[in-house]
Amino acid sequence: MSVLASESTTVDLRAATGVAGAPAQLDAVEVSAWFGTNFVLDRVSLSMPAATVTALIGPSGCGKSTFLRILNRLHESVPSAQLAGKVLLDGEDIYDPGHRVTQTRKRIGMVFQKPNPFPTMSIADNVLAGLKLTGTKVNKSERSQLVESCLTRAGLWSEVRDRLGDHGGALSGGQQQRLCIARSLAVDPDVLLMDEPCSALDPTSTRRIEETISELRSEVTIVIVTHNMQQAHRVSQQSAFFLAAQGCPGGIVEAGPTEQIFNDPVDTRTADYVHGRFG
Amino acid sequence: MTLALDLSGPQATPPVPREIDPGLPTGDRVFHGAARTVGVFVLVLTGSIGLFLGLQSIPTFQHYGLNFLTRSEWQPAIDQIGISAVVLGTIEVAVVALFVSFPLALLTAVYISEYAPGRLKSMLVSAVDLMAAVPPIIYGLWAVFLFQPHIIYVARWLHTYLGWLPFLHVNTDPHAAVWEQSRYTSSVFVAGLAVSLMTIPLGCAIMRGVFAQAPIGEREAALALGATKWGMVRTVVLPFGRGGVIGGTMLSLGRALGETAAVLLIISPAFDLKFRILEAGTETISALIAGNFGDASATQLSALLSAGFILFVMTLCVNTVAAIFVNRSRSGAATEI
Repeated sequence: MSVLASESTTVDLRAATGVAGAPAQLDAVEVSAWFGTNFVLDRVSLSMPAATVTALIGPSGCGKSTFLRILNRLHESVPSAQLAGKVLLDGEDIYDPGHRVTQTRKRIGMVFQKPNPFPTMSIADNVLAGLKLTGTKVNKSERSQLVESCLTRAGLWSEVRDRLGDHGGALSGGQQQRLCIARSLAVDPDVLLMDEPCSALDPTSTRRIEETISELRSEVTIVIVTHNMQQAHRVSQQSAFFLAAQGCPGGIVEAGPTEQIFNDPVDTRTADYVHGRFG
Repeated sequence: MTLALDLSGPQATPPVPREIDPGLPTGDRVFHGAARTVGVFVLVLTGSIGLFLGLQSIPTFQHYGLNFLTRSEWQPAIDQIGISAVVLGTIEVAVVALFVSFPLALLTAVYISEYAPGRLKSMLVSAVDLMAAVPPIIYGLWAVFLFQPHIIYVARWLHTYLGWLPFLHVNTDPHAAVWEQSRYTSSVFVAGLAVSLMTIPLGCAIMRGVFAQAPIGEREAALALGATKWGMVRTVVLPFGRGGVIGGTMLSLGRALGETAAVLLIISPAFDLKFRILEAGTETISALIAGNFGDASATQLSALLSAGFILFVMTLCVNTVAAIFVNRSRSGAATEI
């Protein structure tokens, strides 16, 4: 816990630069998805409240990651992918023609299962990569402040403060994943989507990232897909249980407060899953 | 029982690795031997070509000395020959070809691998590969009869507006009412452009291959940060493909240095050391050899083979440099050049 205390002196860049980045409410309304003729998600509706962590749990192959990728418009980058329904970010449908994809993806960030820092860029450049890619101008003095702030919020500053010039690919897996989190935070998103961020990491790194998620909750709405039931229980306030029967598209069986899903689920399938009877 | 290593006592000697016999089955051993033989054969073949050319060059250098490399006239009748102008011409044609083909190959490769929709992509791939399949002599005929009459207007335009640059100057008046068309034909410029058509498909194929291998994880990371398609290509695909781009370009350069048929048909041989690429008259090593091989005396033949040896060494150097660049890069580790 002392590690946390030393990293809590963050520089509040958003207040300094006057950029309003508040955690936003995300609502999925009757979202369906196809890959070619393959129907994979059937009318999924879920409300993800602001400043909370929502966990998406369920066995492999039931459409959790597909649903997550629909939330930041990454689903459409697959050539045969199609979708139906609406995704509302603070009440506005992100799939409306008037909304630019790049702007949406800036407000809804994503951390992937396999850490993917840009390996030839330095750690500092990795953190700032999002700004460069979206054409956001930050002057030199604010740049180092921003790098420090993001790395601190991601829980990586103390480990890399002396080697910000090292290549991004030279870090361990857990450090790389935290670097990716810092990189996502640099563009000041309202929502952060995390697709099984700890599945490739060791328990220590996992614990550190879970601490980071808890600390970030007040600044960014978080939606996390996880196979680890204990993690979902530790980290989230709301959970949604996905299931896909054999040969059927996936959907949400039950969604609600995490305590209720884990201790007092309504559906028997949910009860079976959370108690480890399958999946 | 303790879990820690106890190095005191009689078993204090550190471990030594043991010999392991892989115990390959006969089939594996036969295949290893055959593959090794073929590999060695290829090395021996290439080495023997170089050795042959080198040996044939010895009488030339004995006869003419190092003047062979510095003199520029080619008059075998009076025994005055030197290949400095020829080497320069070879390099000039290759540079012009590369100057034109590099941006075209790169942009085509980026378009094909990143932007082209399904059917257009396969059509473009076929078209570019078809460019590589056309025999060079056809390019030569096309260049002389169809291309040259029109490209001399471009050459004249370049001379008119950029002729103050020494290498774009031509010894004629471009503003004359009846300007001398023949001064702009059979030049390094025309030959270089024809050769570029042959190097574009080579470079494009290699670059396309490396761009397709750019890891999907990093691409999605860039997109998820809010990057545009071009921003993602610029940040992930192009840096990843740098090794392949350089390697492909170097291979194109090697091809351009040795291109014979098309250059032979286009240029009119001239043996002066000049840098004016728009002006008529030049000579390359391969065109020299092809043009003079038929009626060469023994000494001339040796001179031609020496020129060939120099071309061999130039191409070897270019390919070696390319291999060094490519092996050190991320994409290069995946390609085989």
